[in-house]
Amino acid sequence: MPAKASRVAFGEALIELGAKDERIVTLDADLSKSTMTAGFAKTFPGRAFNLGIAESNMIGIAAGLALTGRVPFACSFACFLVGRFETIRISVAYTNANVKIVGTHVGVAIGEDGYSQMGLEDIACIRALPNVPIVQPADEVETKQVVAYAVEHQGPLYLRLTRQNLESVCPPDYQFRPGRWCLLRPGTDITLIASGGTVFNALEAARRLEVEGISAEVINAASIKPLDEEMLGRSAAKTGRVVTVEDHSIAGGLGGAVAEWLSEERPTPLKRIGTTAFGESGDPRSLYAKFGFDPAGIARTVAKFLAR
Amino acid sequence: MADARLDAIARGCRVQIIRMLTHAGSGHPGGSLSVIDLLVAIAFGRLRHDPRRPDWPERDRIVLSKGHAVPALYCVMAKAGYFSEDALITLRKLGSPLQGHPDRVALAGIEAATGSLGQGLSVSLGLALGAKLAGLPSRVYCILGDGEIQEGQVWEAAMSAPKLGRPDHPVDNLTVVVDYNKIQLDDFVTKVLDLEPVVSKWQAFGWPVIEIDGHDMAQIGKALDQAEATKGTPTLVVAHTVKGKGVSFMENNPEWHGKAPRPAEAVAAIREILGVTEAAWDGYLETDKAAAAIVSELRALDKT
Repeated sequence: MPAKASRVAFGEALIELGAKDERIVTLDADLSKSTMTAGFAKTFPGRAFNLGIAESNMIGIAAGLALTGRVPFACSFACFLVGRFETIRISVAYTNANVKIVGTHVGVAIGEDGYSQMGLEDIACIRALPNVPIVQPADEVETKQVVAYAVEHQGPLYLRLTRQNLESVCPPDYQFRPGRWCLLRPGTDITLIASGGTVFNALEAARRLEVEGISAEVINAASIKPLDEEMLGRSAAKTGRVVTVEDHSIAGGLGGAVAEWLSEERPTPLKRIGTTAFGESGDPRSLYAKFGFDPAGIARTVAKFLAR
Repeated sequence: MADARLDAIARGCRVQIIRMLTHAGSGHPGGSLSVIDLLVAIAFGRLRHDPRRPDWPERDRIVLSKGHAVPALYCVMAKAGYFSEDALITLRKLGSPLQGHPDRVALAGIEAATGSLGQGLSVSLGLALGAKLAGLPSRVYCILGDGEIQEGQVWEAAMSAPKLGRPDHPVDNLTVVVDYNKIQLDDFVTKVLDLEPVVSKWQAFGWPVIEIDGHDMAQIGKALDQAEATKGTPTLVVAHTVKGKGVSFMENNPEWHGKAPRPAEAVAAIREILGVTEAAWDGYLETDKAAAAIVSELRALDKT
């Protein structure tokens, strides 16, 4: 299966699901060509609403549509959506409106556009809200399953999607289950927990580490909220060391969530790989190397962590 | 319903607003008293709803975007039968569904969580559009505060509304009312951030605008009729109101935006609302057992 961006798989899934379920509608803020809902808008013109560059109003309208029985997908770049946090907080989360908030262009992986367009704090913001699950799929297969799940799930949900192409990582018989992670590669020395755009790189890092005699377990954590506490606890108990890998700030993201759970429930040495500074312009490959999200960088951090 | 009957209901609601805020010891009397006539005119004059089925899909909907005035809405809901009037005095108490600002999950009949100002018009647009998409006959009434329209999201919504859903589903099933009481939390609106010219601003955004006295039931009814008859676009009603309306010492006084009366003040306020002179008050209470019960209940608060 060729590599595909999760935003592209999302756009395809919406058209397939939209044909069967007329409750599905999309809302955009002048970025439908980037969030990949433009195809849905073309296929179902009466069910796609472009509100212009006005994200707060878009999110509020989505809430009203949800309260009258639609299943709205409110889409924009992740950073612009959480910039309207107060509207998400009250009109969606507290109102318990069945809105699917879709944040695309996450992480430094978007590259040349630079920090102002990079979703690097979105998980931290949304994770603080009760009642809003967060899902970040890692490849095309998983994305399509997650979008179908989002339609069926009653209540708000945050879906985090990449601009960049994602290599296939899920096993052939994969089935997404809410709140559950997927063990991609068993290991004994260290647990690597990755999500979205970093999952493939974590797998590659594990292959490199194997050459150095380090057995790394790799987990795809599509469900960032809630965590798969059972798998996290079991793996941490087995390997005794955990590394999280995400294209997001280490504060409040997957790493933050794992740190919170481990320190309360099963204290385990932990290293969080993620951003600690603003992003910047550059080609995505160089940026991943700079931030240590590429396979070499992940392997280097793991080896150093194990040597500590 | 006859205007005199609506006035009577509004008077009863004003008494309950004072009562519940005094029990709560906090809350917003000024904006509750300025908006109550508008809410009563909508809820008892025309709203299609069923208190026994708050989730009836075809119901009309009220979104009180200026959520701090929710005591007024709670009084209207109790009067309509959503819950008992006895429950009104649980306002703002731990465990009560009558939260300090509207909570849709806690209380059936509340259409949206509001109180974080600026969001209700967008939600109302979505409700109106959703009703149209579903082929429902529902009408949506959104009530904005005047200070609230200082929020940028209101103008995002205002800009999007006239074209939203067109050509097949214009949101002409939406009536928006601005409770223009001229006072916000800190001071008079003109001193904090003047809104004028309000009417021409909304007109410039493509809205038909009707200007009325928001305490005159005949004018309110006529404006709501006119809004309902308008096709192709939502309508804005600018309702000129008096903050604290009905209680002389609260009227036009920014001090009473967000402060509850003390029991003695509450009793004086209720007497004024009922239009009874001080001299006639004791005699009146012997004839109005309901008012007498509220007054003795409030006086008891002073002793606790």
